[in-house]
Amino acid sequence: MTAVASTVTVRVLLFASYAELLGSDALELVLESPARVSDALARLRAFPGGERLPAKPLCALNLTQVEPDTLLGSGDELAILPPLSGG
Amino acid sequence: MYLTTDEINLGALLAQVQSPQYGGIASFLGVVRDHQDGRSVLRLEYSAYDSMAEAECGRIVREAESQWDCVIALKHRTGTLQIGDVAVAIVAASAHRDEAFAACRYVIEEVKRRVPIWKREIFVDGTVEWVGAGAGKQLGSGVVAGRRAES
Repeated sequence: MTAVASTVTVRVLLFASYAELLGSDALELVLESPARVSDALARLRAFPGGERLPAKPLCALNLTQVEPDTLLGSGDELAILPPLSGG
Repeated sequence: MYLTTDEINLGALLAQVQSPQYGGIASFLGVVRDHQDGRSVLRLEYSAYDSMAEAECGRIVREAESQWDCVIALKHRTGTLQIGDVAVAIVAASAHRDEAFAACRYVIEEVKRRVPIWKREIFVDGTVEWVGAGAGKQLGSGVVAGRRAES
């Protein structure tokens, strides 16, 4: 067995109403490995304003929609997307 | 590039797809209107997750082009838009009209459902609201929608 990194660092992007909720549009999270999308969301909920994020927000990992149980890797870009309203 | 902050030019999109083999060309324009739920709208502000929006628009265009044997031109504008401005434009060209209409319809519906773009309504009375941010709920495909956002 090779040694497993003990932490995972991901870049989190917040948009539109969620950026307003958390007062930021980008931040970095350092999570214990293994970490899933749901772990990142739990950490975000601890930030001021983060408690108002919905239970299951739409998430994208490296530009593709993912479910909350998706594993995160170091250097991943995790975007938390409010309800889409293009068009 | 599918996103632009410039005014959308329908003529340029038509020129992009016109070709002697295409006998049916359908287009759709989503235009900023002056009212929403009985309230007067002053303007809209669009923002996007640019890199994912570009990728998702590309996926949608490729899906339509492979399903209906057509070519698609698509542009979505971001930034501040005034009443009457074109927010999104789609042109679908095919040998016959059925494919062109179907592909055009598919692209606008998928853009609204899948592309990470958000709009904020600025009402005449001074209030400001993110569209869909109110009672957000999860739909089957993982796409979140609040109040239905009509083009």
